[in-house]
Amino acid sequence: MVQPDMTGQPGRGTPPPAGGVPSARAARLRRRARSLGGLVLSLALTLLGLLLVTFVIGRVMPIDPVLKVVGERATQAQYEAARIAMGLDKPLWQQFLLYMGEVLRGDFGRSISTGHPVAQDLRRVFPATVELASLGTLIGVCVGVPLGVVAAARRGGWIDQIARVVALVGYSMPIFWLGLMGLLLFYGILGWVGGPGRQGIIYDGMVPTVTGLILVDSLIAGDWAAFRDAFSHIVLPASLLGYFSLAYISRMTRSFMLEQLSAEYVVTARVKGLSERRVIWGHAFRNILVPLITVIALSFGSLLEGSVLTEIVFSWPGIGQYITKALLAGDMNAVLGGTVVVGTCFVALNLLSDILYRLLDPRAK
Amino acid sequence: MSPLLSVRNLRVDFPTRSGMFEAVRGVGFDLGRERLGVVGESGSGKTMAGRAILGLVRPPGKVTAERMELGGESILNLPESRMRRLRGSRISMVMQDPKFSLNPVMTVGRQIMEGYRLHTGESRAAARDKALEMLRAVQIRDPERVFDAYPHEVSGGMGQRIMIAMMLAPDPEILIADEPTSALDVSVRNEVLRILDRLVGARGMGLIFISHDLNLVAQFCDRVLIMYAGRVVEELPARDLHAARHPYTQGLLNSLPRLDRPVERLAVLRRQQGWRDAPPEGAA
Ligand SMILES: Nc1ncnc2c1ncn2[C@@H]1O[C@H](COP(=O)(O)OP(=O)(O)O)[C@@H](O)[C@H]1O
Ligand SMILES: [Mg+2]
Repeated sequence: MVQPDMTGQPGRGTPPPAGGVPSARAARLRRRARSLGGLVLSLALTLLGLLLVTFVIGRVMPIDPVLKVVGERATQAQYEAARIAMGLDKPLWQQFLLYMGEVLRGDFGRSISTGHPVAQDLRRVFPATVELASLGTLIGVCVGVPLGVVAAARRGGWIDQIARVVALVGYSMPIFWLGLMGLLLFYGILGWVGGPGRQGIIYDGMVPTVTGLILVDSLIAGDWAAFRDAFSHIVLPASLLGYFSLAYISRMTRSFMLEQLSAEYVVTARVKGLSERRVIWGHAFRNILVPLITVIALSFGSLLEGSVLTEIVFSWPGIGQYITKALLAGDMNAVLGGTVVVGTCFVALNLLSDILYRLLDPRAK
Repeated sequence: MSPLLSVRNLRVDFPTRSGMFEAVRGVGFDLGRERLGVVGESGSGKTMAGRAILGLVRPPGKVTAERMELGGESILNLPESRMRRLRGSRISMVMQDPKFSLNPVMTVGRQIMEGYRLHTGESRAAARDKALEMLRAVQIRDPERVFDAYPHEVSGGMGQRIMIAMMLAPDPEILIADEPTSALDVSVRNEVLRILDRLVGARGMGLIFISHDLNLVAQFCDRVLIMYAGRVVEELPARDLHAARHPYTQGLLNSLPRLDRPVERLAVLRRQQGWRDAPPEGAA
């Protein structure tokens, strides 16, 4: 078993402990590094499971991949040749190993609907989704966290009531309807925002691709006009996703905070004479950071995979739309490739929130 | 000389569905530079009375009093910002269980320095020295290590000593200790009590020692208030406890085992409705 040493520099920033006694901080770091090793192993297993599932789905789907390649009119001999060329005559376990090798090399095969390698398509559509989901989550965090904290601190007050209504609407409103109404109002009537799509036609392909995130790429290129255009296109769908993310994050923040505010250490902080602001943000809020990070990661993950409707309403060329179209066309390579990418992101988000948990919570073993 | 703290007719009410719940119903006492014990069964309003003095009863709870004076000045209905300046710097409190009353994600050192710096405005370095000095004062042998430790890394007895160090660092005149040893192992209780006693005595502070343990209070305190159902039913010097006149106090005493007068069966305390409202016995 591999147990990578991730400590880097133990006890960084602390003077060497006197008398050779390991300082509490160094001991903590070492303990955490060891547990990170186990974490990485369990993640590798999760990814293996993900590949296994997508592989099995690919095989049990009532879609003949060979037929999709050679077409309906191919002869039996052509069909057989293609089948052997695709490795489908080999035993299943060999096929799985081949599949794993291809995926690890970033090769998801060719999409029959776009004609491009799936990997190339994903490099185009995935950043579009990431850009949208990131901005949505950013809005959700920047508004939802303070809203939840204040709602808990003034439980039953008018801010709490407003937060409750905001979240309720967020939970119950159909997203495509809100999206269409938003487009109608802000684009159709007021003309404040750009319309559907990521960019206006004149800016399409004008900014050299570096990260694939147009906002970032246009900043790198120093192209302000392109940035403004991209922003005016993303602001509406991102606000919409941000609203849903906000509804969830504010509710979770509120309930985490209520739990902490009834804890005894909060009384201690008040006994010391701290202001209510310091009691709330300096004491109680620090204690909800860990579960809050998990909630934010989950919310981001669900925007990555679940923004299909938003992408369709706003003609956003993202991965949700890509997978949906591929599924309807029976384009299994594209579907499985997209699924592997989204699944891997989920696993990575889990890893990230786990690592942050270990870094932020002194009680983490 | 005016007392450190003077309280008259203190009341704490909570509105409930079935009307007002009166948690504290007219408590009064004067506190000098002494150790005042407050004894009573669980639910008798000891904690609420202590928190009311600190201005820490949260809404919807309501605090009223005829008088509440700290060093001759009224602290009743003081605006929150002025009350905050008194809290921690002039009156402080040690709570029951250090497992819950210390912030789990903050190092011990930071928690001690926080209140001290708030009230003295000292630099970080001075606050650190003070925190280490306080840790030594509560007889923690390895103060540098404990300074950097998190609360879950120390034992209960040490946690309570840290709590005492933290609350005494800004030099308050009055300390309310709310069952400070109830959550501790029997083996470390005496040690914590001794440290508390020594520090409070050396600083000439007033101590309000809340407990449900009559024996402990009798040994440890100068004067005792007996509380029952939100009221003081009796007040008397600790050494005269055996001569208590109130039937509740007598009942409490009789239900304790005694080495010098062994009995076949301990008496069971029988509460009477009349105790709830009768005027207190003893000095009043
Ligand atoms: N927030 C509250 N709402 C209603 N009743 C309360 C509240 N807090 C405490 N009480 C009641 O006040 C009474 C006194 O409690 P407390 O002061 O904690 O007693 P003690 O410390 O003597 O055990 C108890 O009966 C308790 O149930
Ligand atoms: Mg109590």
